[in-house]
Amino acid sequence: MDNNNEIRIGFYICHCGSNIAGMVDVADVAQYVEKLPGVALSRHYKYMCSDPGQELIQQDIKDHKLNRVVVASCSPLLHEHTFRQATEKGGLNPFFFHMVNIREHDSWVHTDRQAATEKAKALASAAIQRVAYHKPLEMKKVPIHPDVLVVGGGIAGIHAALTLANAGKKVYLVERDPTIGGHMARFDKTFPTLDCAACILTPKMSAVGSNPNITLWSYSEVAEVKGYVGNYKVTVRRKPRYVHEDLCVGCQECIKACVYKEPKFPDEFNEGLGKRKPIYIPFPQATPQVVLIDPETCLQLKLGKCKQTCVAACADRQAIDFHQKEELKQIDVGTIILATGFKTFDAKRLAAYGYGVHQNVYTALEVERLVNASGPTGGEVVLRDGQKPKAIGIIHCVGSRDEKTNRWCSRVCCMYSLKLAHLLKEHSDPATEIYNFYIDMRTPGKGYDEFYDKLLDEGVHFIRGRVGEVTDWAFTPEEEGKLVMRVEDTLAGYVRRIPVDMVVLATGLEPHTDAQAVRRMFNMSCGSEGFFLERHPKLAPVSTFTDGVFIAGCCQGPKDIPDTVAQAGAAAAEAMALIDKKYIEQEPNTAFVDETDCSGCKSCVPLCPYSAISFVEDKKKAVINEALCKGCGTCVAACPSGSIHQNLFEDEEIFKEIEGVLAYD
Amino acid sequence: MKYAYYPGCSLRGTGRAYEESLLPVFKALGVEWQEIEDWNCCGATAYMAVDEVKSCVLAARNLAIAEKAGYSDIVAPCSACYLVLNKARHYVEESKAIANTVRRALKTANLTYNCKVKVRHPLDVLVNDVGLDRIKKRVTRPLRELKVVPYYGCQIVRPYSTFDDQANPTAMDRLLNALGAELVYYPLKTRCCGGSLTGTLPEPGLLCTYILLKEAIKRQADVMSTCCSLCQFNLDAYRDKIAAKWEPVEIPVVFFSQLMGLAFGLPAEQIGLQRGFAPMKPLPAPGVAA
Amino acid sequence: MTNGEWTPRIVAFFCNWCTYTAADLAGVSRLKYAANVRIIRVMCSGRVDPQFILEAFAKGADGVLIGGCHPNDCHYSEGNYKMLRRFQLLRRMLPEMGIENDRLRLEWISAAEGEKVKWAINDMVEKVQALGSLGMPGRFQDWDQEMKSLEQKMTTPEEKEVAYAH
Repeated sequence: MDNNNEIRIGFYICHCGSNIAGMVDVADVAQYVEKLPGVALSRHYKYMCSDPGQELIQQDIKDHKLNRVVVASCSPLLHEHTFRQATEKGGLNPFFFHMVNIREHDSWVHTDRQAATEKAKALASAAIQRVAYHKPLEMKKVPIHPDVLVVGGGIAGIHAALTLANAGKKVYLVERDPTIGGHMARFDKTFPTLDCAACILTPKMSAVGSNPNITLWSYSEVAEVKGYVGNYKVTVRRKPRYVHEDLCVGCQECIKACVYKEPKFPDEFNEGLGKRKPIYIPFPQATPQVVLIDPETCLQLKLGKCKQTCVAACADRQAIDFHQKEELKQIDVGTIILATGFKTFDAKRLAAYGYGVHQNVYTALEVERLVNASGPTGGEVVLRDGQKPKAIGIIHCVGSRDEKTNRWCSRVCCMYSLKLAHLLKEHSDPATEIYNFYIDMRTPGKGYDEFYDKLLDEGVHFIRGRVGEVTDWAFTPEEEGKLVMRVEDTLAGYVRRIPVDMVVLATGLEPHTDAQAVRRMFNMSCGSEGFFLERHPKLAPVSTFTDGVFIAGCCQGPKDIPDTVAQAGAAAAEAMALIDKKYIEQEPNTAFVDETDCSGCKSCVPLCPYSAISFVEDKKKAVINEALCKGCGTCVAACPSGSIHQNLFEDEEIFKEIEGVLAYD
Repeated sequence: MKYAYYPGCSLRGTGRAYEESLLPVFKALGVEWQEIEDWNCCGATAYMAVDEVKSCVLAARNLAIAEKAGYSDIVAPCSACYLVLNKARHYVEESKAIANTVRRALKTANLTYNCKVKVRHPLDVLVNDVGLDRIKKRVTRPLRELKVVPYYGCQIVRPYSTFDDQANPTAMDRLLNALGAELVYYPLKTRCCGGSLTGTLPEPGLLCTYILLKEAIKRQADVMSTCCSLCQFNLDAYRDKIAAKWEPVEIPVVFFSQLMGLAFGLPAEQIGLQRGFAPMKPLPAPGVAA
Repeated sequence: MTNGEWTPRIVAFFCNWCTYTAADLAGVSRLKYAANVRIIRVMCSGRVDPQFILEAFAKGADGVLIGGCHPNDCHYSEGNYKMLRRFQLLRRMLPEMGIENDRLRLEWISAAEGEKVKWAINDMVEKVQALGSLGMPGRFQDWDQEMKSLEQKMTTPEEKEVAYAH
């Protein structure tokens, strides 16, 4: 505290329309605060974050010679920055400001006006006591490494990487699978335009492959992330494909030459509906155009005994290497974009629908491959038992909007079910009956509802009701040998049994099984459903609570392709904004040692997770490297002599806050 | 651990074979039990529908007796008892108003109920407490050539699924598997047996029963295994009416505990196998003839 | 105090990254909970000095609630573990000072657990309400008074022995 000057605090309480004023008597709080020691002026105002609100602060600082500012309004996570700026524009150090959260922590969570008002007074009183002790500080500037890591090579990662690369940034794109393309590469058509997914995606995939600014590491995973915004040190694990990427030209002679004359093993890309050989390329347009060998099925890798006809076919290119080992790559990047996508709901979890029990029950993703001209049946709808279906039922919301599995709406299933209904009709006998079983039809989006109308005209049946079960027990002769869908038709008002030949489960979107491990690696949070948590649902939808880490696409929550691409672009722009500014400003909440009091006990040294504290032998004192300190304050709390201080969270500031919240009864 | 045992009315009446087989099986596996003293009617589902609070008091009295005797678990083999006792426990736990009424009522009989006693189904006890490994070790006559339909009925998983999946319970499947039996895929395992409808509205009630039996026969099962005394009775007792209306449906319907008894080599008449209307075919040698 | 009925006063220290954000989420979700808790933001639960807790009790808090990230989820890797250690020590010490264990509580609440903030606060308020007022400031006054009277007695020569015997 500056002893030469009298403390003159300006206090402002915000109505936030009726958000705060509806539950807190703001005039009463202003009146109470006015009488507190050090308060020069106390006001209440409709919207403090508005321009006139901020100008009010600036003008008052000048007119009333204020040297401290307290605003009681929403969460500091939302508007602390705004009011610090206003304080600075008024001519004060921005850290002479303190914020009181009386919206998220008070008016919105209480129902008793008197109690809420008292709470606001207590919180305001704490801030008034605390702010007197604030010191002038400066934001910490951290330089930003210009390279970017993009994790995940689905449409989100592809779009983000290309956007950055086209702006001249160096990008590392890390993809877990042998090829980029993600889920979109497996779709047949896209709703509502019905343009073919491959036609719009593969040009972007090859653009990634040929862009000199992009280092594409497929069949690789991030193993470790160290550092912080601007300076991340990332280790990437490159799994062995037993084929040298730089030597393979993608001629696929080796696949033809494999000792397995016919493809024999379930083909992952086709959801196991087709077959592949142990040496394979996931699909014709895979990027990179490099084959790989599956060690689980390759005779040489599994048994160490094979004629190695593939090696002979590769001849002098010598791309095949059975001794290839996993490789670890270290890279430095300044920012990270996570676009790790989703997994589809495991339909086996809903036993009533018989997936995995009845062979003619399919997941939607399997049907995407089934209707695809380059799929395992060449686009013909032929069931696992070799029959062509005459009646097909599509069940919506499988693993969505369901308290027993996932509560959220997966957002894309209504639309893709409509699309699949259209495609199945197109690829089958015109007499084929198609039933959609839905809870609600959700078609918000450009051209989406029009697409629904079109399907109604195409003669697809829509039955409102959640299917109770898919069963093979027949009640009537017509049901014999069929799959019977039992459903309460909630519009007709009775329970129906509808026999079909094929059931399609519109499985919902879920976080990846390892989403928790990934978020820990990148020091992020997940929402309760397990998707990565954005910094603010509306105002910072692609930022996370970790500076320099951005998220895009379905890893943040279910969304369709247009939204995914928009988010990927936004994440790229956010990363670029940091890179082009060249540095990031950070809270100056670092700790420092007051050497006069330090007894040299070294208690603090092992506590620091960033190794920012070292012990200077000749002085017998601890010293904190400000550049490494992240501002957690653990050492401050542990120092037995009280010689470590934390900016913005000084002991006396917190003691005053404690006194303040308890001062008002 | 010793379990409090609550037989309920059916195990002393129509479902006598259930008790006759379950207790010897418990004994064979070293499961200790003690029948609680002076137990009363659980109230069953019917009373629940008439007066929820009073029926809760009725059910809670049994739990209070077990609690007073110091038991932590009470075994209720009949699915209706199991459901009603569980329901009473849930209601007392979740509603302060019901809890107060129950407390007041029990106090007049010098009893208190603090939700300490857990209501357990024998399937739960056998699969989760005793464990399949111990059961497998006790099997002397594996039921290898027996094709069994596992039928659970509704009340054991609905509305509370305390130890098994609601849509697809598997505890009995796993148990029968441990006995060596061949399981028949039976999608109707939790479908209604007709329940008390057979008494009040026989038309739809009998249809339910018929569907279950017919489907088990169609799937070439030798026997249906149930875990509920009401289901067993419904499926077993109305065959003449079903035959008159549709077709004869002669498939034996037994309790899972009876199959356990067979696999353990217990004599058929000691596990109540003579009580069924559709007799089980004797198991071929080696082993004990049924 | 509202409507004359005594209600406890609870001071909460919430870490910036998880629990404070969860409390914001509770607000945005319009969950409703007891108005007795005053939240103080710290960057990490590891910043919570045992002295803050003792000071809060001394200044009239009836309970202290600390909220941190779940184990393994700390924004600073392990600050929450440091808090857990201090918490365990304090729990051994506080009863000797006449402060019941239910008055100090540590909860792991992630940024997504708005519901848990509501539950933790309501549950804590209920438990502390049952314990009644801690009234440390009043007790300090009584002790000061007692010390004063003892000092006076010790300075009176004829009563010195009595004072020692006591």
